[in-house]
Amino acid sequence: MDMPAPDPAILARKDELVTRLKEILPERAVIHDAAETRAYECDALTAYRCPPMAVVLPGSTEEVSRVLALCHRLGVPVVPRGSGTSLAGGALPTADCVLLGVSRMTEVLETSYEDRFIRVQTGRTNLSVTGAVEEDGFFYAPDPSSQLACAIAGNIAMNSGGAHCLKYGVTTNNLLGATVVLMDGTVIELGGAHLDAGGFDLLGLICGSEGQLGVVTEATLRILPKPEGARPVLMGFSSSEVAGACVSDIIRAGVLPVAIEFMDRPCIEATEAFAQAGYPDCEALLIVEVEGAEAEIDHQLGLIKQIAGKHDPVELREAADEDEAARIWKGRKSAFGAMGQLGDYICLDGTIPVSELPRVLGRIGALSADFGLRVANVFHAGDGNMHPLILFDANTPGDLETAEALGAEILKLCVAAGGCLTGEHGVGVEKRDLMAHQFAPADLEAQMAVKDVFDPAWLLNPAKVFPLAASEARRAARLAAE
Amino acid sequence: MIAPGTEAELAEAVAGATGPLAIRGGGTRGAAPEGEVLSVAGLSGVRLYEPGALTLVAGAGTPLAEIDALLAREGQRLAFEPMDHRGLMGTEGEPTIGGVFAANVSGPRRIAVGAARDFALGLRFVDGAGHVVANGGRVMKNVTGYDLVKLLCGSRGRLGVLSEISLKVLPAPETSGMLVLEGLETGRAVAAMAAALGSPYEVTGAAHDPAAARTLLRLEGFESQVGYRLERLAAQLADFGTPEAVRDPEEVARTWAAVRDVEALQEAGGAIWRVHCRPSVAPDLVARARAEGALLDWGGGLIWLRVPEGTDLRARLGRFDGHATRVRGDGPEPAAPPEAPAVAALAEGLRRRFDPRGIFDAEG
Repeated sequence: MDMPAPDPAILARKDELVTRLKEILPERAVIHDAAETRAYECDALTAYRCPPMAVVLPGSTEEVSRVLALCHRLGVPVVPRGSGTSLAGGALPTADCVLLGVSRMTEVLETSYEDRFIRVQTGRTNLSVTGAVEEDGFFYAPDPSSQLACAIAGNIAMNSGGAHCLKYGVTTNNLLGATVVLMDGTVIELGGAHLDAGGFDLLGLICGSEGQLGVVTEATLRILPKPEGARPVLMGFSSSEVAGACVSDIIRAGVLPVAIEFMDRPCIEATEAFAQAGYPDCEALLIVEVEGAEAEIDHQLGLIKQIAGKHDPVELREAADEDEAARIWKGRKSAFGAMGQLGDYICLDGTIPVSELPRVLGRIGALSADFGLRVANVFHAGDGNMHPLILFDANTPGDLETAEALGAEILKLCVAAGGCLTGEHGVGVEKRDLMAHQFAPADLEAQMAVKDVFDPAWLLNPAKVFPLAASEARRAARLAAE
Repeated sequence: MIAPGTEAELAEAVAGATGPLAIRGGGTRGAAPEGEVLSVAGLSGVRLYEPGALTLVAGAGTPLAEIDALLAREGQRLAFEPMDHRGLMGTEGEPTIGGVFAANVSGPRRIAVGAARDFALGLRFVDGAGHVVANGGRVMKNVTGYDLVKLLCGSRGRLGVLSEISLKVLPAPETSGMLVLEGLETGRAVAAMAAALGSPYEVTGAAHDPAAARTLLRLEGFESQVGYRLERLAAQLADFGTPEAVRDPEEVARTWAAVRDVEALQEAGGAIWRVHCRPSVAPDLVARARAEGALLDWGGGLIWLRVPEGTDLRARLGRFDGHATRVRGDGPEPAAPPEAPAVAALAEGLRRRFDPRGIFDAEG
């Protein structure tokens, strides 16, 4: 993975930039000491690191606007950052950028239960949005695994999903409005506490644009009443193919669970060793969760067990109480941690049509053998969002490159099966150079044309999402204009 | 009239156009922009339907009725419940799936499951220069690149002509039921709907007809589930009166089709406005509108109003969290809601990029 060389002309003006930043922000909101900017050198894609020229931590929309207007005037690139949990390098800085973090902006601005929304500053963490309303029986639905740490700003930038989006949708389906600061400092309001803003759906366009169109500082989010209850069932199968077929049958039968999670043998074994969740010894397992009152849950789980029964499950375990439910989820929730115990890993998130699950899983197994690296699968099966984890050893020279090459092959396989490169993590720098496998030049051109409109100088998070070769002319035009 | 039969012919027709084009699907929304008519009726047909993956891919000109019938055979449906504009607009023709997405048309269930745009997984379109562009795909979760699917949904053909749409379908529930509350004035009705929508019983429709003082709350699911939920919801709404429970799914379907298609305001004459608002301000807006007729959907978040043609409704409503669009009739104000200058500049910038010659500019 390459990043463009930093612009020496910008680096040479660091002192001037820092002075100007301190004029428009509180002293403590500007970080420029090399020892301190190191803390922002990477996000959760830790294989790539680069400290930014300076870090700013504004406390309000007004301060964000001032920073962007200044950087716009000076021609300095800006990389926005939520909590830095991106697995795709979405918040990876460049040496010549100002990193703009929203972590100080965490206020709840308004809550309305009668209109079912909450308005927050976007530095607030995902889980603490639910935390602000759960005592009153409400919750915010999108639940990425990093929800304890990840910020709403990053959720919006990446259009984050989660385990329960089979029923509740992803971020874009739960975002009602946003205050957005454009690169030139202009503040715009999109949507609000009403449904479906008029005009073009700029809110839908901004959501998932990976911080390349604007910085979202405030968000109006849909909140939902909590269901009366929820209960998972765990099902073990003799092969991944059978488990995949069971998923498709459940969906087709008209039962719509809130979550259908899948784990294969390598992942089951790793989590058992790590978390002792008591999972069965089998090739693949599904965790299916349904919601409602006790009788409603009984009815739906009855149907699901009946469907699973046709696929000869080696184990069928329904949670009898909350304790058992927690244990069923325990392994799934610690899967990534468990895999981390085995070594370094790359987590992919290609999505495929659910009907292709058995075939693609078989092909991933073959690729894993070809490349000589282990791959474990743990993912949201209901919506086909796979998470193959490629295990490698960062200390073995060449291993990371082999793992990345295997990852690229798996993602190409997902695209060829009718799917896409990324279901919920985003493109960032990680999948940037694979975009041409999914999109024709005209498709990428149309997307880049959108960035031209929002950020004509290509200053916001410029070296992400699009293959460097594809965006080169636009980024070069900015340098030439300086 | 230009009537391409394939996407390639569509692209050729757009590239070769020398003046404004009036894109037409089924023509049921009554839009009559100036320019040569470009019909997408020839881009018709379901190209892929996988009930087990809840996905369907169809040409933009595919009649909605064809898709509904196909889905019904597998016990599935378009969950966002697109309205049929023919009654309200006094038009004929067949609604098409391309028209539904080009105008982001959703019905009463929008409040529970999302709008048309939330069910669009991918699309193909021809931009104003005649380039074919694909975005999204046919999978449930996809964050690869920018979401032009959302941008195009509801863009009313201003940025390009849709040629193909891939969408998410959902299982149709086993049954449905509803509660009917009588005699509530609008403020109380909106409060009752808010209480219902704030309950855990997954209300999939909340509408109020002020003239009849009738408030409707729909529930859908398994047989036993709907029975249980109707009972619990009625108990929770005791402060608002004793609701009547309707358990006949056909009556429920008829009633909600009437809400969806705004039957209460269909009679000819007058201008029809569609107001999106924060639900709790709906009673105030209804009072300020002094309309001849009104219908509240989405728990009050959508208000349909009929006023005499020529009424400056926006002036009556004043400022509020939301927007008002005139969908039928004439008036002194533009039909579409005004935008803040910075937002309008972005919209204009997008139009110039996607349609540099301005051939899709015609108001429609």
